[in-house]
Amino acid sequence: MASFDLNINGQQKTVDVDPSTPLLWVLRDNLDMVGTKFGCGIAQCGACTVHLNGTAVRSCSLPVSAVTGQAVTTIEGLSEKGDHPVQKAWLQEDVPQCGYCQAGQIMTAAALLDKNANPSDEDIDAAMSGNLCRCGTYVRIKKAIKTAAQL
Amino acid sequence: MTVIKTKVGRRSFLKTSAAAGGGMLIGFSWLTSCSTLAEGSEELAIPNEWFEINGYIKIGDTGMVTIYSPNPEIGQNVMTSMPMIVAEELDVPWNHVVVEQGALDEDAFKNPQFAGGSLSIMYGWDPLRMAGAAGKYMLLEAAAKEWGVASSDLVASQGVIKEVNGSRTVGYGEIASKAVGIEVPEKLELKEPKDYTLIGTAQKNVEGSKIVTGKPLFGLDFKRKGMKLAMIEHPPAFGMKVKGFNEAEIKAMAGVSDAFIIDTTVPNPVWADVNAFPSLIAIVGESTWQLMQAKKALKVEWENESPLENSDMHEQRMIRDLARGKVGGSRKDGDVNAAFAKAEKVIERTYTAPFMAHNTLEPMNFFADVKENSAELIGPTQTPKALEDSVAKLLGISAENISVDMTRMGGGFGRRLYVHFGLEAAAISKKAGVPIKMIYTREDDMTQGTYRPAYRSTYKAGLDKDNNLIAFSARGVGLPQGPIFPNRFPAGSVDNYLAESIGSTTNISTGAWRAPRSHFTAGAEQSFLDEVAELAGKDPIDFRLELFDKAINNPVGDKYEYDAERYAGVLRLVKEKADWGTETPGVHRGVAAYFCHNSYVAQVMDVVVQNGEPKVKKVWCAVDCGIVINKEGAANIIQGGVIDGIGHSMYSELKFENGSPVHKNFNTYKLIRHNQAPEAIEVFFVENDISPTGLGEPGLPPATGALASALYKATGKRQYNQPFSAQPEISLG
Repeated sequence: MASFDLNINGQQKTVDVDPSTPLLWVLRDNLDMVGTKFGCGIAQCGACTVHLNGTAVRSCSLPVSAVTGQAVTTIEGLSEKGDHPVQKAWLQEDVPQCGYCQAGQIMTAAALLDKNANPSDEDIDAAMSGNLCRCGTYVRIKKAIKTAAQL
Repeated sequence: MTVIKTKVGRRSFLKTSAAAGGGMLIGFSWLTSCSTLAEGSEELAIPNEWFEINGYIKIGDTGMVTIYSPNPEIGQNVMTSMPMIVAEELDVPWNHVVVEQGALDEDAFKNPQFAGGSLSIMYGWDPLRMAGAAGKYMLLEAAAKEWGVASSDLVASQGVIKEVNGSRTVGYGEIASKAVGIEVPEKLELKEPKDYTLIGTAQKNVEGSKIVTGKPLFGLDFKRKGMKLAMIEHPPAFGMKVKGFNEAEIKAMAGVSDAFIIDTTVPNPVWADVNAFPSLIAIVGESTWQLMQAKKALKVEWENESPLENSDMHEQRMIRDLARGKVGGSRKDGDVNAAFAKAEKVIERTYTAPFMAHNTLEPMNFFADVKENSAELIGPTQTPKALEDSVAKLLGISAENISVDMTRMGGGFGRRLYVHFGLEAAAISKKAGVPIKMIYTREDDMTQGTYRPAYRSTYKAGLDKDNNLIAFSARGVGLPQGPIFPNRFPAGSVDNYLAESIGSTTNISTGAWRAPRSHFTAGAEQSFLDEVAELAGKDPIDFRLELFDKAINNPVGDKYEYDAERYAGVLRLVKEKADWGTETPGVHRGVAAYFCHNSYVAQVMDVVVQNGEPKVKKVWCAVDCGIVINKEGAANIIQGGVIDGIGHSMYSELKFENGSPVHKNFNTYKLIRHNQAPEAIEVFFVENDISPTGLGEPGLPPATGALASALYKATGKRQYNQPFSAQPEISLG
């Protein structure tokens, strides 16, 4: 066990965990932030996507020891009132089916739009294909990303 | 006039149900008005006082209405559509409504509380309308009594009661306290479909804003103070059981408080108790990561209890049983053998599909707090009542002392119809003596079983010299359940017809899936009909319409299962919407139609070739499910079904070696991804006043057939074996 100082959604947090503990489980088990989801544990489904210094990363495969002092943003901190353009677009296009993957999809999409304000279909496919949606909302997600680009 | 009886079962709707009002999920309850997105919607204050009208409805003194959604929510969006039906008959503005998940109380809801078979809306249609109509009746009676007039002198609309020939008005919130306990007559009048103002509109998912902000909605998110976490280790292969493990070593690990073997075998098991691994290892501890490390450190002694199977063995077994197995369900019209003998052209094709896992993105999990004479369970289940009953049997506690609360589910697809993971949580809590939340890893989940069975079917057709279909046979086998529906299309449309379904055996546990048999059978039958139409030199839609004409005007044999007019109707609609018959260079089209789960869906699919690989570009769907409750949610679930159908036919399979699934996580088990999905899926609904039927499953099956036929156009090769992407002819590169 070791103590780690973390910067999550602009707030300082200290946790005492094994250094190998993935950020995902620190968020979920230690910090009660369960918006970031567990899907596969091997960075294949994207349900656990968060931002590390603005880049979309898979928190299930990122040891807590590797993120100390760096800016982590989770779905809870993407916007104060749930009104990030991507969140608004998700509602406008009524994307959710079961909803379980959507936090990860939204985080990946928000990081994409941050770097590419007007992505093409190919850009969206390239950025989003690491995020599985078992319910099959892909067509709505693509539309929502294009909608968000206009908001 | 539509009249409906208000008494079902022991209690009538006049009785207020305490259970449905209280007992909501602790820690999960907050209000989200359905109006959050409606532009210019009226904002209502949070009520100071709530009044229970009936098991479904609670009205606040400000006019805000809580409607309890009775059924489990797995993404099929019944949490929006079921309350919409209640709100329609109650006649309250949708932006005055908040929705909450109802507790398990089938007597109060007068509705079976499960999510399976695409049945929620079909079964709920009467109880939900009745609940709304009963509520409106009670409010009208209360206002009439208050004003000393007859209720026939009043009219209720959009949450307000008015005098027909007077000026007095009162809002539902103001009169609700007086409506509590008013007797409801034995029969009530319901609205006519032409008068609907909410049913048939497009409404957003009522939990949308919670989902996009990451609120704790799912079973895996549930937390209770003092709760410990638990993980399991089940045998690595079907046919194995646990004998012993390095208990002392595991218990000594950091963060591990307990480790033991549990057995969840219940007396007199029912279908929901399917479970290949009743005996397994449980580890209890403080954090998920520590438990994952403990799982890795397990040294387990397994023992074989039945022969270990592999995929080659499965194939040989299905080939054998397709030829010689015992026929279960069948239908025979005319004499197929004589007709094949005299046919001008005969074609025979065999289709196969592998086992498939459900892979709900939220792995199996459940919370349980078992005490000496009671148990509380909270989590994702499609069958809360079956779980309650099985937990009662497992613990030897009366079902009355067990509560099961439903969380939102990160996918169901039939996987959570089975109850073993809830039983495991209960068994662990009992043995550890603490409340626990049990969590599967992805590998635990994908290798646990209750898979979609593997199938193999042979279809044969005979055409006369004028290219009329004079003989048709379908014979299919499954591990373990056969895939053929003997009385479905083309039964009734061919003079000489034989359909036979054959069961086989396996020790791999199997169960429900999203349209498990229909998915395979629609793909096989519809691809086959496409090939038969080609052999007959006919357009594939015209060929099918000819058969429907025969089924309508000159039906063969006993009653068949489908409505040929509605079936033909969706084909005609998709033909029109997709502009069938037009040719676009580089675009390859396939069509299919299927009836299952009481609904009809036809699809036209366009495939293009990109970088040497075929890709679905666009899909048109025509759907007849009777009255559509929520146009937005209905279109969404059909779109999801299409993508699910394309994905699983194209990419997914679960193979076995030495009794163990070869694929254990998403690095090797292929699911469809963003870059493989169609660019657009258009959905068109047939408009009629027929009582609504299901949509969760029917969107999927035709996708396999339409895809196979479009791939044939693109590649020149027919697809007989799933997954299509594993076949050598699929890549043009």
